[in-house]
Amino acid sequence: MADVILIGEVNDGKLRRVTHEILGELVRQGVDPIVVIPGNGLAPSLAEELGKHGASKVVYLEHDGLKQYSTEGYANALHGYLGSKQISAIVTGATAQGKDFLPRLAAKLGVGMAGDCTELKASGGSFTVRRPVYAGKCSKAVEFVKGPAVFSIRPNVLQMETGKAKMASVEKAAANPGTIRAKIVEVHASGGKKVELTEADNIISGGRPLKEKFNILFECAETIGAAVGASRAACDEGFAAADMQVGQTGKTVSPKLYIACGISGAIQHLAGMRTAKVIVAVNKSADAPIFGVADYGLVADLFEVVPLLTQEFKALKS
Amino acid sequence: MNIFVLVKQVPDTETKIRVNASSSGIEAKEIAKWIVNPYDEHAIEEALKTKEKLKEGTVTAIAVGPDRVVEALRTALAMGCDNAIHIKADESIDTYVAAKALAAACKKESPQLIFAGKQAIDDDQAATFGYVAEYLDIPSVSVVVKVDVATDKKSLRAVREVEGGTHTVETSLPALIAVNQGINNPRYASLPGIMKAKKKEIKAHTLADLGLGSETALTKDSAFALPPPRKACVILQGEVPAQVKELVKRLREEAKVI
Repeated sequence: MADVILIGEVNDGKLRRVTHEILGELVRQGVDPIVVIPGNGLAPSLAEELGKHGASKVVYLEHDGLKQYSTEGYANALHGYLGSKQISAIVTGATAQGKDFLPRLAAKLGVGMAGDCTELKASGGSFTVRRPVYAGKCSKAVEFVKGPAVFSIRPNVLQMETGKAKMASVEKAAANPGTIRAKIVEVHASGGKKVELTEADNIISGGRPLKEKFNILFECAETIGAAVGASRAACDEGFAAADMQVGQTGKTVSPKLYIACGISGAIQHLAGMRTAKVIVAVNKSADAPIFGVADYGLVADLFEVVPLLTQEFKALKS
Repeated sequence: MNIFVLVKQVPDTETKIRVNASSSGIEAKEIAKWIVNPYDEHAIEEALKTKEKLKEGTVTAIAVGPDRVVEALRTALAMGCDNAIHIKADESIDTYVAAKALAAACKKESPQLIFAGKQAIDDDQAATFGYVAEYLDIPSVSVVVKVDVATDKKSLRAVREVEGGTHTVETSLPALIAVNQGINNPRYASLPGIMKAKKKEIKAHTLADLGLGSETALTKDSAFALPPPRKACVILQGEVPAQVKELVKRLREEAKVI
């Protein structure tokens, strides 16, 4: 039977959680994927960790040229390794990296792809996926006319598997990253303990009424390790940085907890956060559309609510 | 420098999304207005700025789709693009066919630099840029928030956003750059620009004359569905401090999220 390939992503010497999440879903559906990790000098602990989450076969696709990520190096090496094999599906996380190389890999294979999926269904060697479109206002099923099915899965959506630990076998395969024309020359980590919006479990977001006072959200966010987001209006007016924008023209997030402060809930914004597990809305106007998607609503002044919330969260942690 | 911009026309962000009767797509009647994909506006702006900085060159906007996409190309021209190319195709194409067509049309004109938006806000696929770059066999950098073309015009540096930071990528030209918002503030079309754009000729191709007459979509969409409705909102009662206490209690005990 044709193999299913899960391309693993390593960040800071550890596998990204999304790799385990996809693995978990595949294992639950009776698929035993080959986890392929491009890199060089990859630690044995990665395979052990994958085994704990249900993987039985791991391939380290190694070459000095893969030590650092590059679009072309990854696409070339993976195509070289996978090109001649019998494969029914290739899947990876819809991360900055996955979203970047996967289209090029699909193009090399001459197949279609589906990006940023939230569901996958394996049946008899063929795959169907579901992916949000129109920033989550709607979703669609995607079938692949010819194989392999190539798709990426959104982080934070599928569940990891912990009950099916195995000893994963590790095979080392030589890779050929080919000619790399676009190379990373500088890596810059954004300062401090900033939590990445798309990976955050908790998000506190603010709208235009916050004006220059986003600091109160940051203070509150710190108490529960939350990321801070913003509405388009707040970003357009310069109250919040552009990379904080949640919505159709900003980031799509699906945290466990989303607290919207002073955000009315334009369609544009709802599209980016409506898949959050629990939504809390704080707004002075009881008619604000945000209450239509919220689980808990506080019809109150955010400037009164947020400092109290910070206190309560602090009390909780101590 | 010969600069190209990939442009997609998308339904306005205010469009009410409903699923059509056969679940094969969204209800077309609800689309009151089509716009240039917002990320592509940033791409157009960056192309125009690059031309201005280099003090030479041309900017060509290129789009694939039915006749309505000409309107998006007119907007691109009104913003300041010099030329526009329309590849005629019906609604059935997917990322693969669209990218094949864009790449084939680009190839005829050998652009040195291609800009695109990081994704279109209708399909949210974020893949066209990669396919096009691959089919042109040129390097690509995605989710870019800053571009600096070297003075010799043979290479560029692009800053790309990744989880928790940025990567600065250096690449030879030609290259394709998929931009994110935050890279610039797109200009508005000026009135003279709009007038001029109306008269400009838009070059047209068909899939057949690009040698792609037999290409068909490699993915099939179906079963469009709206997200399940959320439960009704619990509006907390009492004085604000009591509401906040109640909220934290419920987040802990009922929702179990903190």
